[in-house]
Formats: sequence, structure tokens, C-alpha cells
Amino acid sequence: MSKSPKNVTDPKLRAKNHQDGDPNTTGHVWDGIEEFDNPMPRWWLWSFYACIVWALLYSIAYPAWPMLTRATPGLLGASTRADVAVDIQTFVDRNAPMRAALEAADLAAIPTDPELVSFANNAGAAVYRTWCAQCHGSGAAGVQASGYPNLLDDDWLWGGDMESIHYTISHGIRNTTDEDARLSEMPRFGVDELLEKAQIDEVVQHVRAISGQDHDATLAAAGAGVFAENCTGCHMEDGSGNRDLGAPNLTDAIWLYGGDVASLQHTVIYSRAGAMPNWNTRLSEADIRAVATYVHGLGGGE
Amino acid sequence: MSSPDTNPNSLFAKREPIFPRRVKGAFRNMKWWIMAVTLGIYYVTPWLRWDRGPSLPDQAVLIDIANRRFFFLMIEIWPHEFYFVAGLLIMAGLGLFLFTSAAGRVWCGYACPQTVWTDLFILVERWVEGDRNARLRLHRSAWTGEKVRKTAVKWTAWLLIAMATGGAWVFYFTDAPTLAVNLVTGQAHFVAYMTILVLTATTFFFGGFFREQICIYACPWPRIQAAMIDEDTLTINYRHWRGEPRGHLQKGVVADGLGDCIDCMACVNVCPMGIDIRDGQQMACITCGLCIDACNDVMDRIGKPRDLIGYMALTDEVAEQTGTEPKSVWKHVFRARTIMYTTLWAGVGIGLVVALFLRSDVDLNVTPVRNPTFVTLSDGSIRNTYDLRILNKLGNDAVFRISLTSEADLRISLEGTQELTVNVAANAQQTQRVYVVAAPGADAALADRTDLRLWVEEVGGTSRIHHDTIFNGKGD
Repeated sequence: MSKSPKNVTDPKLRAKNHQDGDPNTTGHVWDGIEEFDNPMPRWWLWSFYACIVWALLYSIAYPAWPMLTRATPGLLGASTRADVAVDIQTFVDRNAPMRAALEAADLAAIPTDPELVSFANNAGAAVYRTWCAQCHGSGAAGVQASGYPNLLDDDWLWGGDMESIHYTISHGIRNTTDEDARLSEMPRFGVDELLEKAQIDEVVQHVRAISGQDHDATLAAAGAGVFAENCTGCHMEDGSGNRDLGAPNLTDAIWLYGGDVASLQHTVIYSRAGAMPNWNTRLSEADIRAVATYVHGLGGGE
Repeated sequence: MSSPDTNPNSLFAKREPIFPRRVKGAFRNMKWWIMAVTLGIYYVTPWLRWDRGPSLPDQAVLIDIANRRFFFLMIEIWPHEFYFVAGLLIMAGLGLFLFTSAAGRVWCGYACPQTVWTDLFILVERWVEGDRNARLRLHRSAWTGEKVRKTAVKWTAWLLIAMATGGAWVFYFTDAPTLAVNLVTGQAHFVAYMTILVLTATTFFFGGFFREQICIYACPWPRIQAAMIDEDTLTINYRHWRGEPRGHLQKGVVADGLGDCIDCMACVNVCPMGIDIRDGQQMACITCGLCIDACNDVMDRIGKPRDLIGYMALTDEVAEQTGTEPKSVWKHVFRARTIMYTTLWAGVGIGLVVALFLRSDVDLNVTPVRNPTFVTLSDGSIRNTYDLRILNKLGNDAVFRISLTSEADLRISLEGTQELTVNVAANAQQTQRVYVVAAPGADAALADRTDLRLWVEEVGGTSRIHHDTIFNGKGD
């Protein structure tokens, strides 16, 4: 293939060397390198024009041009917002039979029905992350020693079977918005001077003893009497607690506010109690049942 | 714009129509065979059946996107085994490198769908309108009744081929006989009709009107190939030292001082790309070999040696001009570069085959729950939670027993059941939450991490798989 010499920079000389069949050049030369000027295919131009026409028609047919308050709506009435609403409604309609089944089912029987469990676990997980994770944590481990119960373990203040969990979620705990909320109150033994400071030290050592922790045996023995007179009404004689009153089991390894001496002293002196909103006014029955099933299946369900 | 095409400085050029002449010869025959085989594979494959039992489709090659499976004869690929597809794509890439560095644009010239379908469309064109000269005449003639009729027949035939092309494509993605019935009765999915419509349109326009424009302007492969071709690559070239100076045959006698090329334009007239190979290797040349056939035919007739145009490497060009012995074809083909590509290609291939035979009928994924890392139970024991995903590829419903082995003393239990077994339906996956508990004060409860192996074995079967994971204790 014959080509004009490529190292000629003088335009006049280049023009003289230009031979038939050589591609045109733009005349740009840098360091002896010339820029070819090959024509674009004509159809490319037409597809470019077609794209412009398409873009214009598209901007008329679909929302496009920004105006003062909103964009032009477009002749076809397309709206992704409306599409999403339709999609959501589709899923709501599709889930409706399962939600109805969930509401109709016997609470205790839900965990034995694989289909209901599968649905409730997915729906419940979504409800949990939206409404419950703020206090109980995204992993449902609660906030240890700060009064937000861990929902994964096998220890329950108010009961861990489906009915109990369902009731707790529906009505909540110690709130002022639901008359049926779970309610109990521990006396402020120190602040209200129900116990002497020495007695508090003794009963704390007793609680350390019954929970199998390091303790002062002399003080603990004295504390047993204090415990029997003041605490057994709720925490029972053996300290195993009473779920009807939300009184925690004091003999196990789980502490809502900490099981060390300082935390126990604080609890006895000032009393402690958590609160939980009632969800029956904010969530549907199906949602409550779903999240109850989800919590029940986290590892501690009874 | 007033006749910009006559202006040499126009920014745009009109497509020059190409009317390739019919040619006979070795390369043309090979191309017919390749066309028959590739089109045959494309159209027939979706209709082949392969018995996989009652729970799986019986289509030999099926890309079942809805159910997330790929079936190829006895092989079933699940989504998590997509590396097989990735491996095949890498092999296809390396194969293309290998063939290109060895023999130039053989893909473009013989096997590329654009080439094969264009060839088919040109064949139809010739059947309807006649060979090059007749087509040229028809092209230049006014719109007579005959021109309208021939064009209509040609376009109809093209459209039918295009529809068959788009139609065959959708059969790869769902059961072909069922879809065929649905397509005819109008019950097939909208996507199927849309796909056929789009592929029909692209086939019709690309094969009928765009042809070489796709190769020159749209396809990136010709540009990449420049990097694959070196001085040992066999490409089609014109032996200008033998042919030049070219000149017409005068009454069967070659004038003194002229080369073998009689400037008959046979090589140009048969070229589907509309180029002159005598200008040397060029970007538009897809190396289809038709100019070789055309020139050899002429050389035979005028009693000159063949291969004025032929496959040769750049080094041969120099060797032949200086009169030295050119390298043999084998030395061109077997060189470090091609051997390296072959080794890589075979390596990936062997790896895939080994992986294919070693893969288990059961797959296990273990996700340890790390939020929180452990849970203290009321008796002081420490519990870890693991989400197991069991994939049953056995082809039948199966029961799997879950167990663990560890140097530490750990207990295992399953969420939602007292048993240690889980049912998994055929060709399905099942998620099961598993609890592992260390007694209070046990080594595993106190240690930071303890190694643990989870086992899943088929009850009453031989399939077994394990997954190593970690048990988190209280640590220090």
C-alpha cells in the first residue's frame, strides 16, 4: 500500500506528496503525526438525528422538563411513584391470605406450622427491624445491664410462650396508654427507708449467694432473713421470680441491670423497671403475631 | 445539505452497496459447511431432549432463568456455581486469542454470526436477483414491476429467516415444545414475543442492509484483534512482489515486465467487505478466504501458479521477497505465544472438568450469627447460633442429619424441632437455624474462639459434607 511519507510536516510538501487513495487528513500535525479525517458513515448521522427525535418525543411522553413546582407529567401519565404503589398493593394482596391465616391460627400452634413460620419469620423480621430494634438491638440481644432485655436467651420476665410474648407486644409494659399493660413496681427500699443500709448490704450478699456468685457468707446468711421478709412476695422464697408480676429470676446467670454488688445495691436502693409501648394501636394483629413468632424463634421460645 | 457526498471534505460518507459475485473453491466449500453446522446447532439444540427424572426439565440445553438453573446435557449448574459459566467465558476468550494469534481473524471470517447470517442473506439475494452483474443492473434500474417483485420476494425471505432466528433464541430459555405451541396460540409471555421481535429486526437489518458496516463501525473485536496479531500470524495477503506490476491480459499473452496479476478484479468482486486485498491487510478484511478462491480460479485458467493471494505470515512476505525459504505453517502456528494460550486454555478447561466431577450432591453454607457473637443462657452456659443453608442436588427429597465434631465438648440443637434432622425437597435449598451450646465454665465457654466442624449427612445415603467454623466464648 503506497502512502505519503509520514514525517513531512510542511503542509505544502504534504499536499504534493498526497497520493490517490490516501485518507484525508485534518491538517493537524504534531511531531510528524497527522490526524486522519475519515468520514463518518452517513447512517450514523441519521441514527444521531433519530436519537434527537426520540429524546424529544420521550420528553413529551414521559415526565421530563423541570418546571417551578414539579416536572412536566408527560402524556403517558407514567409515574414511578404510582408504579411502586401498585407493586406494594400487589404484594399486600398476595400476602393477604397468609396474613388472614396468621390471624385465624391458634397462637400456640403457629410455630408448628412450617408455612406460617416461614411467612411470619420474614414478616416479623421486617416489623422487628422497624419498630423493636431501637431498644432491643438489631440482633435482638438487648442492651445488657441497661434494662433492655435480651430476646435471644431462655430467660423471660413475663413469659416466653407465644401467648405471653403476644400479650407483651400487644399491650406493652408499664405504659400509660393501655389499661391492660403489664404492670408491677419494685419498692425503693433505700430511698423510702424501708431497709437499713446494713440490711441492704446483707440482702445483696444473699442474692449473690443464691445466684452462685462470690459472696460474704456471714452477710449473706443475715440477708436471707431480710430477703424472706421483704422480697419473697414477688421474687418467691427461692428467688426464682414470678412471671405474673414480671419479677426476675434472681438465681440464674442473667441480669437485666447487672449482677455485681454495686448494680444490685443500686437496684435495691432506687428500684428499677423498664417500660415498653403497647403496639396494638400501631401494628395490625397479623404484624403483632408475625413479630411474636419471630421473637419466639430467636432461640428462647418456650 | 446539498449533495454532500460529492464534496471530498464531507464529514459523512454514504454506504457503498456491495454485490459480491458467486465464487467456487475450497474456502467457499468450507464456509458452506461451517454455515450448515453452526446454523444446524443453533436451530436444533433447543429441541434435543434429555431425561433427568420427573422433577427436572427434559430439555438437553436449557437456561432456566425463572428457576435459576442452567442445564447442559448431564450437567446442572446452580447459581452459586456460576464460576463454571465464568470459566467457559474465559475459555472462549482465550480460545479467541489463540485462534487469532495463530490464524488471524478466523472467527470473523468463518464463524461469527454476523458473517454466517450475512452469507445466508447474500445467498438468498443471489437466488432471487441473480449474480453480481444482474444485481448491479437491478440496483441501477428504475423501480419497475420486476424490481418491486424481486425486492419483495427477497425481503420476505430475509424476514422469514430473521423470524426463525429470533424464534429459535427464545427456545433456549424455556421448554421448547410448550413454548412453540404457546407462541402459535398467542399464549406465550410478552417477553417471548418482544425478544423475537427485537431479534427478528436486528437479524433482518444487520444481515440484509448493515452487513460489513457492523464489522467496520460497530464491532469492537476487530480493534482488539490488532493486538493479537503479530508477524507470525497467518493472514490473507496478496503477493505483490509476484503480481505487480499488474496489467490486463492481451489476447492471452502477458505483456513483458508485467506480474501475474491481470487486474481482473475477481478478488474485489467476490469480497463481501467490498475491499481490495491487493492494498494489503486492512482493518475491514475479515479473512473469509473468498478472494483466494476467486484468484486461484483465475490463475488456473491463465496457467499461472496458484496462491497469488493466500494465507501467509508477515515474516513470509519478507522471506519470499528476498528469496529465502519461508517458515513452515507449523512453525508459525506452534510458537511461544500460541502454546501459552493453549496451556492457559487447557488449564482452565481441566480445572473446570475436575471441579465438575468433584462437586458434591449436597452443598452447605454456614453463616455464623455474629450479632451478638454469643448468648448467655440462664444456667450460665454459652450459646452460639449458626444459619445453615442446605442445598439438595440429589434429585429426590432427602432427610439430612446435622451434627458437629470438635475437640471441645459442645452440644447441638435445631431451632423449631427436637430432632437433629431436617427435610430438604429435591432440587431445593432449606435454611435451618442451629444452636451450639457450651456448658458453664467449659473450656469453649471461657475461650475466645474454639474450632468447630458442622456436618450434614444424608440419612440412609452416602452424601456427606462439612463446614468449618468458629465457636465464640466469653474470651478474657
